[in-house]
Amino acid sequence: MAKVGWKQKTIDIGGAELGYLRAGKGKPVLIFHEELGNPGWFHWQRELAEKYQLILPLHPGFGVSPRRDWIRTVGDLANFYAQVLVKQGWEGADVIGFSFGGWIAAEMAAQNPGQFGSLTLVAPLGIKPRQGAIRDLFAAPTEDYLAASVRDPEDTPEFGQLFGGALTPEQFELFQDATAEAGRLAWQPYMNNPALRNRLGLVRNLPTLIIWGEEDAIVPVSAAADYQQAIRGARLALFKNCGHRPELEQTKEFLKKIKRHLS
Amino acid sequence: MHIATFTERPYSHVPEEEVIRNASFFGVSNKFLDPVKAGALFNRYLDEKLYAEELGFDGVMLNEHHANPFTLGAVMDVEAAILARITRRVKISLMGNPLPVADPLRLAEELATIDMISGGRLVTGWVRGAGCEQIANNINPTYNRERFDEAHDFILQAWTREGPWRYEGKHYEYRHVNPWVKPIQKPFPQTWIPSLVSPETAVFAARNRYSYMALATFLPPTMEMWNLYADTAAAEGYQAGPECFGYLQKIVCADTEEEAQELGRNYVYGGGQPAFARPEWMFPAGYNSKAATRRLAYALSDPETNEAVVSGKHSSSGVDVEATRRYNNEVLYANLQRNRQVIAGTPETVLPKIRHILETLRPGIFSIWHIEGGSTTHQQSMRSMRLLAEHVLPQMREWAKELDLPGPDEVSPGSRKLPPSGQRDPVCDPGAQAA
Repeated sequence: MAKVGWKQKTIDIGGAELGYLRAGKGKPVLIFHEELGNPGWFHWQRELAEKYQLILPLHPGFGVSPRRDWIRTVGDLANFYAQVLVKQGWEGADVIGFSFGGWIAAEMAAQNPGQFGSLTLVAPLGIKPRQGAIRDLFAAPTEDYLAASVRDPEDTPEFGQLFGGALTPEQFELFQDATAEAGRLAWQPYMNNPALRNRLGLVRNLPTLIIWGEEDAIVPVSAAADYQQAIRGARLALFKNCGHRPELEQTKEFLKKIKRHLS
Repeated sequence: MHIATFTERPYSHVPEEEVIRNASFFGVSNKFLDPVKAGALFNRYLDEKLYAEELGFDGVMLNEHHANPFTLGAVMDVEAAILARITRRVKISLMGNPLPVADPLRLAEELATIDMISGGRLVTGWVRGAGCEQIANNINPTYNRERFDEAHDFILQAWTREGPWRYEGKHYEYRHVNPWVKPIQKPFPQTWIPSLVSPETAVFAARNRYSYMALATFLPPTMEMWNLYADTAAAEGYQAGPECFGYLQKIVCADTEEEAQELGRNYVYGGGQPAFARPEWMFPAGYNSKAATRRLAYALSDPETNEAVVSGKHSSSGVDVEATRRYNNEVLYANLQRNRQVIAGTPETVLPKIRHILETLRPGIFSIWHIEGGSTTHQQSMRSMRLLAEHVLPQMREWAKELDLPGPDEVSPGSRKLPPSGQRDPVCDPGAQAA
């Protein structure tokens, strides 16, 4: 595994621990991780960390931070993170959310758009696609889901570093924790909130970038247009020949878009 | 001793190669189901239950699985209701109702109805349901245990509290609980808890003074669970006895040894019980406790490389159907007989093996998982049951007297006092196992 740039921190929120990872110095950029857990340390983060302070909270119940029973929906989780932002003085931070983490960021924006400086959603869950269905995380082993998350694992240089690259007993357990908690929060309706499209109507003047791979086999790209329409002024960047992980499949292009958006 | 009969009631016409290719009964397409043939099978299985009563068995036992040719009975309570009407004497034991996937109020009504129609012959059994039952019913696996506990408490209240009343729980809410059906048995039907050696279940059964029904599990871990049950019982202030323990065993009898051996192969049709469902469906994330998940993670990993050896990945194109069929018929079948998971023979040859189980486990309930599936015919099933009833059951009843193995109808589970010393007596005999 490449040299890891993260430093792990723990804070107390409401009497229980929340772990988060930090890298770099500068303006804070929040990163919300996906449904399989925290995937690791990659080139795109290394490059962004040269200019920004990256903050990646480890979602409660996903294996590191303890589960909070009161959080029973992604909307509850969004409210929890809003409280974290206030407590930590991270209000106004830019946020980038991937897949499940994108859904959390979108729910937060729908609850209080003023808490972010900008919003970046990378192939977010949360809206039911009009064509195709969100891939079922519980119909097949996690490795199948992971393999389907890029268009071509052979053509994705950092694919082998995802989640440590080997299914050790520890990683098996982390996958089980993460997917169990994702399932607990979003079993039905599956990985979407039917009200989210309308709730996003509250968002005004929040610079928003939506990034989506046209060959996404996890969250069909048909949901991209709905997200764009739901969030006033949102820009949509579609990546050709790309699956669910544009940040790893087309890192250079991804960084170009992100850097322009953050500045 | 209570002696019951059981079968999974399979859709025996499911093409074996489809099950083998899928490495699992669960998940095989229902395009292979012919409702006319399935209807005939349902009637055959009901006839066999009637025949069991005629032959002198004490009980007929049903179970429930969903979306699975391994068991046609996805709506077990419907079959139980028919049996309530067409049988006269036998106990009807349901092993069991998967509480987390049910609507508890509706279930309380169904079971009360069955108990009333049968004149109080229902035995209820509560289960969490395998992982695939959660998937087939779209029930969140992470709330499986909570839903089980809450539904169990609610159903007992629905049967015993005078209505109408209002219920507001975490997973269920009812604004008007006042069922106009109630069990005849008071305060509620006799209960056995079926289990595949899960410690939590043994403790749950002992605390509630329910009998514990081990479903064809190996003898050593079964004894561990019975000791755990007995320890829990002692902590609760009572001595566990044979009435607290039931055992399910696959037994097939025929007139000749060769015939029995051939017939017994139907237990491994498609891979038999081990091919019930693939791991990702048996243990969806969140279904097991964290401790059980950790055990599973290490159980599936190579201790030298630390990597998963059973990744769960499955590709039907990689399956050699003929080789698997041969393996099932030769190696698997021989293994199942060697470790006594399957007992096949003439009455003379099966009896000593049954005696061995009775001496070792000392159960007060014994259920015979009679032959089914594959090419088994109705006549062969009936013949096996008849041989068992005429030559095996009378001997078992003698032995039950000799070994003092009362069932839950003779001694109420939880009613025995601890010895004056306060130290509980043994509940099984590992020495018999060694011998």
